[in-house]
Amino acid sequence: MAAPLSVEVEFGGGAELLFDGVKKHQVTLPGQEAPWDIRSLLVWIKKNLLRERPDLFIQGDSVRPGILVLINDADWELLGELDYQLQDQDSVLFISTLHGG
Amino acid sequence: MLWQVLEGLSRNSAKQLRFLPGVVYVEEGAACGRSPEDRAETLAEVQATLHSAGLPWHSVALEEVFGLPPSVLRHLSQEPAAGDGAYKEAVNGFIQRQQVLGTQGASDSPSPVLREGQPSPQGPVRPPPAAQTEALVRLFSSVRTLTAKEELLQTLRTHLLLHVARTHGYSKVMMGDSCTRLAIKLLTNLALGRGAFLAWDTGFSDERHGDVVVVRPMREHTLKEVAFYNRLFTVPTVLTPTISTKAPEKASIHRLMEAFVLQLQAQFPSTVSTVYRTSEKLVKAPRAGQAPSHSSPHCLLCLCTLDVDCADSATAFGAQATLVLPQRQPPNPQAEMPTAPGGPPALGRDQSCCRETGPSQREGPRPHVLEQLCYGCRVNMKDLSSLDPLPPYILSEAQLRSHRAQVTQEIQEFLIEDSEEELETGLS
Repeated sequence: MAAPLSVEVEFGGGAELLFDGVKKHQVTLPGQEAPWDIRSLLVWIKKNLLRERPDLFIQGDSVRPGILVLINDADWELLGELDYQLQDQDSVLFISTLHGG
Repeated sequence: MLWQVLEGLSRNSAKQLRFLPGVVYVEEGAACGRSPEDRAETLAEVQATLHSAGLPWHSVALEEVFGLPPSVLRHLSQEPAAGDGAYKEAVNGFIQRQQVLGTQGASDSPSPVLREGQPSPQGPVRPPPAAQTEALVRLFSSVRTLTAKEELLQTLRTHLLLHVARTHGYSKVMMGDSCTRLAIKLLTNLALGRGAFLAWDTGFSDERHGDVVVVRPMREHTLKEVAFYNRLFTVPTVLTPTISTKAPEKASIHRLMEAFVLQLQAQFPSTVSTVYRTSEKLVKAPRAGQAPSHSSPHCLLCLCTLDVDCADSATAFGAQATLVLPQRQPPNPQAEMPTAPGGPPALGRDQSCCRETGPSQREGPRPHVLEQLCYGCRVNMKDLSSLDPLPPYILSEAQLRSHRAQVTQEIQEFLIEDSEEELETGLS
């Protein structure tokens, strides 16, 4: 049984256009059976925060290739990608590197 | 890139950069269909960011392509000379820069204080005249596919940058293309039929325009590195939507290629660097057996040496055939890119094509413009329903060149050429 977590979700590089233009979201994830990891966070974001065009952010189980994910300013590939378990007061940043630039 | 240049210019760096940069911002809101308030807002944000950089900056709207002179399309050989008031401006600029660098040396963060009463080089930015905005909107709405729109946007943007550089006396233009972007661009250009000019489009330096050289100093950094750098050094960023924002994946060749490369990169992390290394090996060599570059014809829009031979090559057959056939027929040059058996019948057809589109025809400007373009630009122009909305400088330059070619051909027999006869008469 995981306690409710408070995480800061941030979007950059154009990804915020899919989220009403709001860059920083302080979210409180409700307590649930399994511990929260990035995979379940993505499902939660898709259901609650994503306003339009889910296919531009999420592809299948993971984010679209071209969207960088930083957890506490570190690349998520170093931390296990989707299987990283979220801690309280973590900061997750999604930067889109697609089109333009 | 701007941040790195600023770092390089500051006194603290080990090897101080020795050039005088300025920043140009091309405002493309009209092409994307944004409202004037949105555009003004973005422009204000950009201005604030550029002001804090302390470099002379210029903001041009894409609409100004309608006021460009045709000399933009010509290959100029001498260095651009700055205007007459240049000395005073240069002194002002120098003093301003010294002050900026002075405060930078004192505190580590570049937050300069401009001297009171010193006007910024740009002055108040006025929105472009509505007629030009309308003309631009008309131009972009007459293009049928998103691919052609993006290519047209790039061409117009390059011309505009070139013009600004020439007017203000800059000899080099630095573009901020990163490694990932260039890899995508390389593959996209291959798909668009611009394979012959890859070395110019994606190489480090691009001297097609003669006096102004386009360089790409960021081509070794991947997008990921750039994103991390921006994040860790809190580089201020401004975001603007482009014409392909929120477009579905298959909307244009550019988007498709971007998705393809990034997806491949996710599974095979060496994709981008492999493509980049391959692009480094591309060499800009003139075609075998051709005269030096200034005497062979250049494409009207991209200023590359024309790669379309009348007599040969399957690609020319496709492009030429669609010129002669009625315009209503859906052109499909890619499908006609045949293997060897298509070669010989193409030869006979082509020669008749060339004779038909000779100088005596007056069937309208379209074939004349099209035959001055390279293959890639031709394919792009096919998606334009008519050539009228194009900015006047393109049309007038095309007309000039075709008239010149006609007249040259007519008086060909009367032209005195340097031959052995002259030497003999000189000796005797």
